[in-house]
Amino acid sequence: MTDLSEAFAAAWTLIAGFDAELARVVGLSLRVSLSAVAIATLIGLPLGALLAVGRFRGRQPLIVLLNAMMGLPPVVIGLVVYLLLSRAGPLGAFGLLFTPSAMVIAQTILIVPIIAALSRQSIDDAWREYEEQLRSLGAGPVSAAMTLVWDTRFSLLTIILAGFGRAAAEVGAVMIVGGNIDGVTRVMTTTIALETSKGDLPLALGLGIILILLIIFLNALAAVTRGFAQRRYG
Amino acid sequence: MLPLQLESLSFSAGDTAIIRGISARIEAGPRTIVLGANGAGKSVLMRLCHGLLRPTGGTVRWQGSGCQAMVFQRPVMLRRSALENVVYGLRLAGKSRREALLRAGDVLEAVELSHRTHSPARVLSGGEQQRLALARAWALGPDVLFLDEPTASLDPAATQDIERLIAAIHASGTKIIMTTHNLGQARRLGDEVLFLNKGRLIEHTPIDRFFSHPASSEAATFLKGELP
Repeated sequence: MTDLSEAFAAAWTLIAGFDAELARVVGLSLRVSLSAVAIATLIGLPLGALLAVGRFRGRQPLIVLLNAMMGLPPVVIGLVVYLLLSRAGPLGAFGLLFTPSAMVIAQTILIVPIIAALSRQSIDDAWREYEEQLRSLGAGPVSAAMTLVWDTRFSLLTIILAGFGRAAAEVGAVMIVGGNIDGVTRVMTTTIALETSKGDLPLALGLGIILILLIIFLNALAAVTRGFAQRRYG
Repeated sequence: MLPLQLESLSFSAGDTAIIRGISARIEAGPRTIVLGANGAGKSVLMRLCHGLLRPTGGTVRWQGSGCQAMVFQRPVMLRRSALENVVYGLRLAGKSRREALLRAGDVLEAVELSHRTHSPARVLSGGEQQRLALARAWALGPDVLFLDEPTASLDPAATQDIERLIAAIHASGTKIIMTTHNLGQARRLGDEVLFLNKGRLIEHTPIDRFFSHPASSEAATFLKGELP
């Protein structure tokens, strides 16, 4: 028990003292996951809107596939990206393996299905409600899709935050493609894994606390946004 | 764009025939009320005419081109202000933003929603939302306005407002084609009746004659059942 409380105390000291190593690790985590979520949103949102509004052959299988891909194990994505980026791989020439860019790529692949599948669901529900009215007013598929994205913007924001949470919390993919190199590709989750196995509990715990606080903060933000939107726009 | 010519119009969903071979000629001018029991095919007929559904048989033919609009039983409001809801329709119709804002302001005044111009449309009351839906349609200056039970979910006061506005829209030169379950409303607003039963057009007559001397036994039964 004393070990644990000592570790907690040390963790608080690190957090309260803005420990340089801790800050660097948190900073890289945020940079990688925010980049990934930004790129994944640019890909996933239009894809979700297209699948919601579009009527084409293969749409249903695509939706099933996308829903299934939400559960992709990060380590498998890490492995695939590793194979693609490794020296002998098709994209090996870019020399991206074991860089933050590789981590961004892996996390983007991880959360595109989440953002696309969940936004598809949201926009599809809105489409059911709006379809006749929008078609009556003469909206084509593209302007209908843009209207729906705008009208579901608060649900979509929640979805994007969920995507960010998933990216920030995963270990497997960034561990494999980043390599957990000190000062270069070490992020919160991989550091926690490493320091725990080394027995350095304070740093691991400190990072764990920050990670949990971050996730709680994001969820609170999502809840507040939704509540505000509900009251303001009905 | 009138008259509207329907020729052996049919629509079925799967194996169920909903509209069975309706032929009719709907002229410019008189307000047309589509009557019939639940499931007679009134809403589907309106959607076929408006182009929201594609006929599975027969044709819907308009004379030349023009603008048509539709107001639904439950108004669908976009998550933006009342004004922007009206502007949205005008922009889709190709108006410049300037033009749309001016027109939308005028129409909101006409439906007595000026004080709600900047309120989010979804927090308006049911009656206000339906008035806004009428404004959105009216702003387009349609040649034809379809109304699908526009007052079915409103209280008497709000219903009266809507009826007054429908009369005003008609007076401004728009052809009215509407369905209703309220026979009093049909009499107040209608000039002629299309009476449907089980997907067929049974009668197409002036409203007075329909109520005083229904020509078919179906219409007589319908009136007996529905009248208080």
